[in-house]
Amino acid sequence: MYGRKVKLRFFFVLSVLFILAFSAFLVLKSLEENVIYFQSPSEIKSLSEIEKKKIRVGGMVKGGSISIQATDLKFVITDFKNEINVVYSGAIPNLFEEGKGVVAEGFLKDKNFFLATKILAKHDENYMPPEVKAAIEEK
Amino acid sequence: MASLIGSYSLILGFCCSLIIFFFSVRNFKSPKSFDYKILSFTFLQLFFVIVSFIGLIISFINSDFSNETVFNHSHTTKPLFYKISGTWGNHEGSLLLWLLVLTLFIFLFLIKSKKQPNNYRILTSMFQQIIIIGFFIFLIKTSNPFSYIFPIPNEGLGLNPILQDPALAIHPPILYLGYVGSSIIFSSALAATTLNFISKDWAKHIKVWVLISWIFLTLGILLGSIWAYYELGWGGFWFWDPVENVSLMPWLALTTLLHCILALEKRLILTSWVIILSIATFTLSMCGTFLVRSGILNSVHTFANDPERGLFILIFLFSLIFLSLFIFFFFHKNENNNNSFFWLSKESSILVNNWFMMYFLSVVLVGTIYPIFLEVITSEKISVGPPFYNKLIIPFLIPFLLSMAIGPKLKWIKSEIQNKMYLVLFLFISFFISFIIIKNLDINFLINSILLTSSFYLFFITLRDFFIKGYQNLSQNLAHFGFSLLILSILFNNIYSTEVITNLKVGQTFKSKSLIIDFQSIDKKNEKNFQAIIGKFKIKELDNETIILNPELRVYNQPNIITSEADIKTNLLKDRFITMNLVSNQDYFNIRYQDKPFMIWIWLSVLLISFAGLMSLLKKRYEN
Repeated sequence: MYGRKVKLRFFFVLSVLFILAFSAFLVLKSLEENVIYFQSPSEIKSLSEIEKKKIRVGGMVKGGSISIQATDLKFVITDFKNEINVVYSGAIPNLFEEGKGVVAEGFLKDKNFFLATKILAKHDENYMPPEVKAAIEEK
Repeated sequence: MASLIGSYSLILGFCCSLIIFFFSVRNFKSPKSFDYKILSFTFLQLFFVIVSFIGLIISFINSDFSNETVFNHSHTTKPLFYKISGTWGNHEGSLLLWLLVLTLFIFLFLIKSKKQPNNYRILTSMFQQIIIIGFFIFLIKTSNPFSYIFPIPNEGLGLNPILQDPALAIHPPILYLGYVGSSIIFSSALAATTLNFISKDWAKHIKVWVLISWIFLTLGILLGSIWAYYELGWGGFWFWDPVENVSLMPWLALTTLLHCILALEKRLILTSWVIILSIATFTLSMCGTFLVRSGILNSVHTFANDPERGLFILIFLFSLIFLSLFIFFFFHKNENNNNSFFWLSKESSILVNNWFMMYFLSVVLVGTIYPIFLEVITSEKISVGPPFYNKLIIPFLIPFLLSMAIGPKLKWIKSEIQNKMYLVLFLFISFFISFIIIKNLDINFLINSILLTSSFYLFFITLRDFFIKGYQNLSQNLAHFGFSLLILSILFNNIYSTEVITNLKVGQTFKSKSLIIDFQSIDKKNEKNFQAIIGKFKIKELDNETIILNPELRVYNQPNIITSEADIKTNLLKDRFITMNLVSNQDYFNIRYQDKPFMIWIWLSVLLISFAGLMSLLKKRYEN
């Protein structure tokens, strides 16, 4: 029969393979659960059903749509074709302004209503979500 | 004028590269003696790059807007300090800094490696020059910092205000010393592989360079993290943002390399690991540069979305990877294959460490690259957030911490664990403490208590070693101690952090069970290049004295951007952190108040870790 050393090495290779496969499985599974998809208001309008997963909505803050109370903030995200109402309570980034680009993370209540849990700060005043840019260029 | 000198100097520097390369090739064919022309021209090259860099700094100081880079990133009303730091706060200037560090390191290397064989020194210089030539071409062709514009504008466009900050002013140079410093490890590893020169002596000699890069990289990441903490106003220190990830990946590779070098130095094993990691560290640094420069990732670091630049770096990156893999497969001879490890020995613990590190590295890599891939392939946009990393990294952190405690206790070749009693005893003590801490909290008991136990375990074991072992292995122990402190502070910070987000008008008060925030007044102040709105907040916590915090809103005039400056009261136990924000044309201010326990310990522990590296470096020099 094979020597002890060979058996040991075989065992070692087997366990390494197992560990690799296991971690690949973990990584992929975790990716599947934790990625957040980015959608524009138009894409949301064309959804067939409302998912419970967290998503990001990007577009421009519609002019004159921001209203703020002690607890929450309401505004409208538009991509110049469709729009969606957003309700948010939490920290507001510096570059959040009417007529500027915005990305909100949260949950869809229905096709017209979005409950945001986070508004993302963009570092650059000229930043615009790519979809919005495309939409504006189309106009 | 300064621009002109800088521009010519850059071209002269490029010529030096070609000359050095030519001499290196000639010298390499008959390496009886080291050709001192190589050294002289390397010095000359360094000199030209320095002149060019100073030329750019002077253009920035004088606000010479005939220079396009200065025009795009500076403004006359900017304070002098930020005019200077603006030099590397943009794409062109930061690449010039890359080049400066590249040439500086090869010069220092040639001076410091006089004891090494000639052909090894020449070949290292040759590989390094290949990188340098690549960057010269990149700089001159696609992103020349000295482009001329006419007619000359009267005023510049200004520097992004969030970059106008002391920590971020010195962050790029420090980080680059680490990033680009790894180039010398890359070059010399390739040279040593080609010449079959990987030996204990080589390990000893290259370790110094690994340590230097590692220390600077650690400090660079720390500075970036501190900056993000107070400037972006989110109150966190690590966001798993792709730009942060690309600096973490070389760090993980470099840290692993540091451990492998030890094994190589003492036992002449893990040679393949050392070569691969040397290659990986620099390629990951390059990869980071590619990702942040090409405009693929959106962040402060994205200075310009220029596909040509991205493409160039990508091609250059792939040719370097191809070259290094070619050298690795064809020249690397794995002679001592009989190095079967005994399972309980220092080398196997280092190997275990390697695998853990590689796992962490691949998690970060997948999380960073996958969204880009998916967007290219399916044009679907996704983002991978903290839960992904937490879920995949935290469980593996537990065995990692435990082996960090046990590993250093083992001996080379074959080892037994002596004094098993105290190892077990400490585990019980750690568990007991964690149990008491976690018991009354409303969090996931199992994972938190195990994690806390293993961090405390590492903490106590390393603490004990300070007393038992004294100066023996002090730097190693200090680094591991620092790491346990880091994990503990992060854990406590996560567990005990509280925050309140609310919208208040001036004069209003927020009340909750344990906290009163009184928004007393706002004040306006005009500064040189911005207007500040300063809020005055009286904060009263139940178990604490009343404090006054003054967060700021700054309206910069050029470019016209609003930033909010957090006000933070720091003490050894916790940070109290407040930011305010004005929503356009509304009376309400958006207030965010956070209690962040042990924040300062996170910074201190990272400092401690890099200090341990410095100590090891000094000790090495002392021994030589």
